[in-house]
Amino acid sequence: MSQPDLSSLPTTAFEDVATLSARRSARWRPGLAVQQGKALHSEIFVSSREGAGAGAALALALDDWRNTPRGEGQEAEDRRSVLWVQTRDAARLGGRPYRAGLPKDLQARVIHVLAEKAEDALFAMEEGLRCRELAFVIGEMSGNPKALDFTASRRLTLTAQKHGVPLFLLRVDAGRDLSSARMRWEVTSAPSSTAEWNAQAPGEPAWKAELFRACSHAPGEWVLAETGTRLTASKAREDADRAVANWTAGLQHRRTPRRA
Amino acid sequence: MNAPAAGLSPPQTRRILSIWLPAMAMDRWRQGASERREFDDKPLVLIADTAHGPRIEAVGRAGAAAGARVGMMLADARTLCPQIVTAPYDPAGDLAFLEKLAVWAQRWGPWSAMDAPDGLLVDVTAVPHLFGGEEGLVADVAQAFAKRELTMRCAIAPTAGAAWALSHHAAPGSIIGGRGDEDIMRALSGLPVAALRLDQDVVTVLRRLGLKQLGELTTIGRDAIQRRFRNRKSPAANPLIRLDQLLGRVPEPLLPVVPQQMPLVQRRLLEPIRHRQLLDQVVADLAEDMARELEGRGEGARRLELGLWRVDGEVTVRRLELAAATREAAHIVRLFAAKLDDIDAGFGIEMLRLRASWAEPLALEQGDIEAAAENHGIALSALVDRLTVRLGEGAVSRPVPFASHIPERAQRWHPPLEPEPVSQGQLAFHKRPLKLLDRAEKIAVLYATPDGYPQRFRWRGEVHEVTRVEGPERIAPEWWRERGATRLRDYYRIEDQRGRRYWIYRLGIVGDGRGGAPDWYLQGLCA
Repeated sequence: MSQPDLSSLPTTAFEDVATLSARRSARWRPGLAVQQGKALHSEIFVSSREGAGAGAALALALDDWRNTPRGEGQEAEDRRSVLWVQTRDAARLGGRPYRAGLPKDLQARVIHVLAEKAEDALFAMEEGLRCRELAFVIGEMSGNPKALDFTASRRLTLTAQKHGVPLFLLRVDAGRDLSSARMRWEVTSAPSSTAEWNAQAPGEPAWKAELFRACSHAPGEWVLAETGTRLTASKAREDADRAVANWTAGLQHRRTPRRA
Repeated sequence: MNAPAAGLSPPQTRRILSIWLPAMAMDRWRQGASERREFDDKPLVLIADTAHGPRIEAVGRAGAAAGARVGMMLADARTLCPQIVTAPYDPAGDLAFLEKLAVWAQRWGPWSAMDAPDGLLVDVTAVPHLFGGEEGLVADVAQAFAKRELTMRCAIAPTAGAAWALSHHAAPGSIIGGRGDEDIMRALSGLPVAALRLDQDVVTVLRRLGLKQLGELTTIGRDAIQRRFRNRKSPAANPLIRLDQLLGRVPEPLLPVVPQQMPLVQRRLLEPIRHRQLLDQVVADLAEDMARELEGRGEGARRLELGLWRVDGEVTVRRLELAAATREAAHIVRLFAAKLDDIDAGFGIEMLRLRASWAEPLALEQGDIEAAAENHGIALSALVDRLTVRLGEGAVSRPVPFASHIPERAQRWHPPLEPEPVSQGQLAFHKRPLKLLDRAEKIAVLYATPDGYPQRFRWRGEVHEVTRVEGPERIAPEWWRERGATRLRDYYRIEDQRGRRYWIYRLGIVGDGRGGAPDWYLQGLCA
């Protein structure tokens, strides 16, 4: 931000604040659930060759879950279960959740559903979204099954919105087809941070996450990592910010004529 | 049992009726079908198969006269009596029959116990006056069993041991009228030592010592017997414990039989139904009846069986298992709806019966004050039920820890709502992957560093360049379980050039003498 001269100070300041706030509200960042509530339907595209997708999905889900304000009559600690639905193909390619490797909070709370067909997995996810005693639902489906068309994803979105249970659907080795998910991510592994005691060892996991389509956010790319119990996002590239600037340019243009 | 404190000896107040059915297996076989009564005068034996051929387990009167004995091999009995007739022996059925008999015997007292394999014990304290005294009670028992055509001997005594001894080894219908242990001893002193319910080898020892009657046990002094049997702690192996139980000096706990009724509702239909819509209506009615029945008992169903009787005699049974006890009619109807799709009604269904073969206590609870919270969404147990019905048994599960070092064994899948088994905590420095492959996949190592871990490997057709590594974590085979030739595993946590993190292991080490060059496997994907 350059130093403005005195005469143009109010106008410029107004311009800057407007742009900045528009830009800030448009960008996704961790801990957004405090203001906007949980992201109810997210799709995460991953490769079956890595565990990054499940790790990132859990990190995003836990971030939302920790940052959601507690209601008046709710319990202080949320001990609700987590439903993890996998099709058999996805389980064969990417393995099944392993209790000892799950985040500590979730170890005793995971309920696993193994579905033979994509239809069964969709049924299980939809029933899970209806359940008031679930914290969130994680689904894993491989490829682009016929059953998972736009109608099916719209059903999932509506159910999730009606009952307020978030769904994180991992699309393993899938193409970016039509979907009504509110946030669509593409996640790959990123080199991890240096481990605390052993410089040679892999450290805390990090993921390169690209938000390529979202309902209320500008697209962007971040490197996500979990430090302690907090999710942190750092900018992956500088030019990603420019894309966001362009995206909010419309707001600026609309205002400029009135000012001039 | 009453246990008189040391120093005090209150009068014995208990009265125990012991019933012995010496020929229960044979009587039960005879009543199985009407044509079996024709075998009354034929030499009939019941046989069980053993490793050495069929053995005789029960003998009829004619068979005994012909020389067959219990415990004899059938081949030996055949040499004595070639025209012997055989039938299979059914010990499980006998036990079930005895259980029913124990419940039936509660007509003579409020509390009865099984005395397997062929006896019953009934507590008749303060009961005999209803039958006109103890003689009247014994006569009533004899009459009732005679009506059921069961051979029986019974006796009444202040303790279970004394009643057992009398019923097995004294005249039928014996009664010990006295209340103190001297009275019991006087009445029983003439009985053989086998009346103490001892193991056969102990009876043999006593016989070799020259102790043949109960009265003789007291003549040689307690100390001598105590020394002889000081290492025997089990009552059936120690005559002194049995003697004390018989005289009522030490208590003898018995396990009573408590009858439990299964909640059952049924509908007989005037007009057989052939259409699904009507069937759904009847099932809904039954579910409501069942819910009311369960509510009255304060229970919830865990397993439900729906039987459909067709006009032509076919019976179809549909079974349903629930994740948690429930008595919600709507939920039950919904779950059954998925199971009734393939019912073949034939000429029509004339009777439906719904039975809760497994019910658990479920207290009546107050509904949520805020109705909205209750109506919003479904409960977890209902979710699990719906998923199980649609996806099949075992599709819904929960990972629970298991005491094992081998990673794939250290986790088991349990039904989701069962309480978690106790386990040792996880060690903080054991880093485990987020996901474990169903089977560890073999990787081809292209270039290994001298330290041992692979610098470059190929997995599922793609080459990975290892940049960071931690390990090895050595996991030895579980020698108490696995074969001796099983190789150990060295686990490494690695990260490749693009940040992908894996958990790989080498099976065995070079020169461990358990096979050739060790192979490498990829087992887990880290977050």
